[in-house]
Amino acid sequence: MRRYATLAALALGPVLVLAVFFVVPVVGMVGRGFVVDGRLDVGGVLEVLGRERTHRVLWFTVWSAAVATLVSVLLGLPAAYALHRLAFPGRRLVRALLLVPFVLPTVVVGVAFRLLLGEAGPLGGLGLDGTPVAIVAGLVFFNVAVVIRAVGAAWESLDARPGEAAAALGASPAQVFRTVTLPALRPAIVSAASVVFLFCATSYGVVLTLGGLRYSSVETEIYLLTTQLLDLRAAAALSVLQLLAVTALLVVAGRLRAVRDPTQSRRTPRPRRPRGTDGAQVALTLLVLVLVAAPLLTLLLGSLRADDAWSLDNYRALDRVGQGSALLVPASDALLTSLRTAVDATWMSLLLGGLIAVVVSRRSATRGERRLRSTLDGFFMLPLGVSAVTLGFGFLLTLGRPPLALLDSPLLVPVAQALVALPLVVRTLVPVLTGLDDRQRQAAASLGAGPLRTFATVDVPAVWRPLLAAAGFAFAVSLGEFGATSFLARSEHPTLPVVIFRLIGSPEPEAFGTALAASVVLAAATAAVVLAVDRLGGRSFGAL
Amino acid sequence: MGHVSARTGSRTGLRTGLVAAVLAVATTTSCSLVGGGDDDTSTGGDGEGRQRVVLVTHDSFVMSEELQRQFEQESGYDLQIQASGDAGALTNRLVLTKDDPTGDAVFGIDNTFGSRAIDEGVLAPYDAQLPDGAQTYVLPGDDGADGRELTPVDNGNVCVNVDTGWFEDEGLAAPTSLDDLADPAYADLFVTPGATTSSPGLAFLLASIAQYGEGTDGEGGWQDYWTRLMDNGTRLTQGWSDAYEVDFTQGGGGGDRPIVTSYDSSPAFTLDDEGGTTTAALLDTCFQQVEYAAVLAGAENPEGAQALVDFMVGRDFQQALPEAMYVFPVDSGAELPADWARFAQRPTQPLTVDPAEIAANREQWLQEWTDITTR
Repeated sequence: MRRYATLAALALGPVLVLAVFFVVPVVGMVGRGFVVDGRLDVGGVLEVLGRERTHRVLWFTVWSAAVATLVSVLLGLPAAYALHRLAFPGRRLVRALLLVPFVLPTVVVGVAFRLLLGEAGPLGGLGLDGTPVAIVAGLVFFNVAVVIRAVGAAWESLDARPGEAAAALGASPAQVFRTVTLPALRPAIVSAASVVFLFCATSYGVVLTLGGLRYSSVETEIYLLTTQLLDLRAAAALSVLQLLAVTALLVVAGRLRAVRDPTQSRRTPRPRRPRGTDGAQVALTLLVLVLVAAPLLTLLLGSLRADDAWSLDNYRALDRVGQGSALLVPASDALLTSLRTAVDATWMSLLLGGLIAVVVSRRSATRGERRLRSTLDGFFMLPLGVSAVTLGFGFLLTLGRPPLALLDSPLLVPVAQALVALPLVVRTLVPVLTGLDDRQRQAAASLGAGPLRTFATVDVPAVWRPLLAAAGFAFAVSLGEFGATSFLARSEHPTLPVVIFRLIGSPEPEAFGTALAASVVLAAATAAVVLAVDRLGGRSFGAL
Repeated sequence: MGHVSARTGSRTGLRTGLVAAVLAVATTTSCSLVGGGDDDTSTGGDGEGRQRVVLVTHDSFVMSEELQRQFEQESGYDLQIQASGDAGALTNRLVLTKDDPTGDAVFGIDNTFGSRAIDEGVLAPYDAQLPDGAQTYVLPGDDGADGRELTPVDNGNVCVNVDTGWFEDEGLAAPTSLDDLADPAYADLFVTPGATTSSPGLAFLLASIAQYGEGTDGEGGWQDYWTRLMDNGTRLTQGWSDAYEVDFTQGGGGGDRPIVTSYDSSPAFTLDDEGGTTTAALLDTCFQQVEYAAVLAGAENPEGAQALVDFMVGRDFQQALPEAMYVFPVDSGAELPADWARFAQRPTQPLTVDPAEIAANREQWLQEWTDITTR
C-alpha cells in the first residue's frame, strides 16, 4: 500500500497539471463536436469516419510520418554514435547545430526549403517542390535531432565492455552491433522513434508549404475544419481518430520498448578518436550535417543580401521600430521574451518530467502496479499526438472563465510549451533510469541512506547527462514553439517566432530580409544555449 | 535535491548545486517570467478602479502604443488586446465562446465572415457614427431591426499583381484580366496562395466566382475556369508570403513567377530608384475586403466596447491604418501616405459576392476548389 501512496504522491502534481492544461481543453473542444443541440450525437461523428476523404487523409498521414520516422532513425543512429562516442574537434558545435532546425518556425523552414528546392532555387532541377519527397525531407530536417540526442544520450553512457568482450570472442563489428549494442539501445531508439512519429503526424506547416497544398494530413484537415469551416463534428471525429491512433502507437511502442532485463551497467567511456571502421558512420553523419546545413545556409545567405548586394542591413533593421518598419518591438526584446519564457518552460518540464520519469521507471511489485505505471507513461505522451488547433481552441473555450480563468496568466504560454517538451524529457530520462540496477539503491539503503540520499547518490549521477540533454531539448522546444503560442501569446510581449511570423507576412520591402535575419538570430541563440548546456555536462563527470 | 547531494561532497553534489544555483538565479531575476514580475500588473496601480475593455482580434492587428494610450486617456478605460489566429479563426472563436465571451469588442471580422458572425448572434447592435465615405462599406444585409452590428473600419482589394519590368523584357504584353491567366501565352507564370489556407487566396477564389458564376454539372462557371487555370501551370502556395516572397519575381527571394495574387496597395512597396514602381495591380481582377469592428453580445463592458469602436472610426486611428496594417481607411477624409496616394491604384468597380451567399456556400466552394486543385 505504501508503494501506491508514494506513487500517487509523486504523480499527483504532474497529473493535475496535465488535467487542467490538456484534458479539460481537449475534452471541452472535442465534446462540442459530439453534442448537437444539447444531445449526444455519435452517429454524425461515425459518418465522418466513414468518408472516403477521411481515409485518404489518414493514409497519407500514416505513411508520410512512418517514412519520415524511418529515415530519421536510419540517419540519426550513425550520427548519434559519431557525435556521442567519437572524439573529434567541433563535435559539441555540430551537436548544437543539429538541434537548430528544431526551433525554427515552420514558416521559416518552409521558405528556406522552397528557396532551395523551388524552380528558381539551386536545387530546382530536381523537381522536388510540391512533392511528398519534399514533405518527408522537411520532416526529417526537423526531427533527426530528436533521434540523435535521445539515442546519443543513452549511447554515451553505455558500458563498452560487453561489446569489447564479444569482439574479443571473435564477433565482427556488425555482429557486436546487432547482438550487443542494438538490444541495449532498443528502448531509447523506440522512444525516440515514437516521439518523432508523433511530431511528424501532427505537423501542419511542412505538409502544406512543401506539398504545395496537394496533400492533406489529419492535422491540416482539423485545422481547415476548425478555423475555416467550423465543422466541429468532423474536426472532433478526426481528433478522436488522432487520439486513438496515438494510443495504439503508444501501446505498440511500449511493447517494443520492454526488454526482459532493462538493467544496464552504466559507465561512460572516454570518447575515442575515429578509426577506419568508423568510416561509414562518419560519412552518414556528414550527410546529415549537409542535409541540415543546406536550408540553414540558404537562410544565412538570404539574410546577408539587401538590395542585390552583400550587407548587414537586415541585421541593423532588427532594432528599428516605427516608420517604415514591420517590427512592433525591437527583435532583441522579443528574443528576451523568448528566452525568459524558455527558462520557465524548461524548469517546468524538467520538474514535471523528472517526477514522471521517476514514477514510471521504478520496478513494479505487482502486475497491476506495472500497468498503472505504463498507463501514466502513455498519458503524458498524449499532448504530442493532439492537434495544436484543438488544444488552442480548447484553451480559449475552457480556460477563459472561472473556475479556470487562466487565459490572462503570463504563465500560460510556458506551461503550454512545457507540455510539448514533457514527453521529450520523459523519453530521455526513462531509459536511463530503468537501466539502473536496483541493487545499487538497495546497497545504498542498507548502508543507511534514506530514500532522498539514495536518489541523490544513485539516480542523480546516472541521469545527469540525460537530464542536461533533456534540458537542452526543452529549451529548444520552447524557443521554437509556435502552434500553441500563437493562440496564447499576448501581443504586447511577442516571442521571437511570433515576430518572425509577422515579419514574413508583411508587405514592407525590407521585412522579408529582416525575417531571415531574425531567424538566424533565433538559430544562433539556440545553438549558443545548447552548447552552454552541453558544456555544463562536463567530460569526465559521467564516469563517477 | 541540491542540498541533499551537496552534503555528499562529491562532484555530483557540486554540479547539482551549481545547476540549482543557476536555476535559482535565473528564476528569481529577470531571466524568467515568474521571477521577473509582470510589468502589466505593476501598471495596474495607477489605474485604480478603472474599468478595462478587452478587444478580441486576429494576429495581424496592430495598434501603436501612442494610439492605445490616447484611447485609454480619452475614454478612461484600460485597453487589453487578445490577438490570435486569422480572420476565420477569430470568427469561429467568437462563435464557440458566444455564451461567455472572453472580450468586449472585436476587430477583424471581414466581409467573407461577416454574415456568419451576424447569423450566429455573437454581436450586439451598435450604430456608430460613420465618417464620410464609410457608408459604402457597410456589410450588405447588416440592417437588423435593432440597428447595424458591424462597423466598417478599413478596406483593401486583393488583386492580381504583375512584374511590369519582366513583361517588358520578355516583349510580352502583361495580362489584364482573369481570363488572361488561363491563356497559354501566360502558362507557368502565375502563383497564388490557396483558398483554404489564406485569406487573399480565398478572396481570389471569390473574385473568380463573382466573374464566372456557378457552373452547372461541372460545365462552365468558376469550376471550369479553375480547371483551365490549373492546366495552365498555376502554382499554389500555403500563404501570401510564400507566393509573394518566394515565387514572385519582385519578392525578396528572387522567384521565377511574374504574376501573383496580392493587394492593390502592393505596388506602393516595390519602388525603384527612378521614382516609379516595378509592379502593377490588375484592376479588373480585384475582390474587395472590408474589415469590421463590433461590440460583442454579452460583453461585460459594452460602453467601453462602444467607445473603442468609435475610436477606430475616428480620424487618428483611421489615418494610422496604412502604416500599421497596410490597409486603406474607410474615412475618405483621412490622409494617405505619399507613396500610397501615388502608386496604389484602386479599382472603381471591384468584384463582389453577396456575404449571405458566401456564408451559405463557403464549405461547398472550398470542397469543390480542393477537388479541382488536387486532381
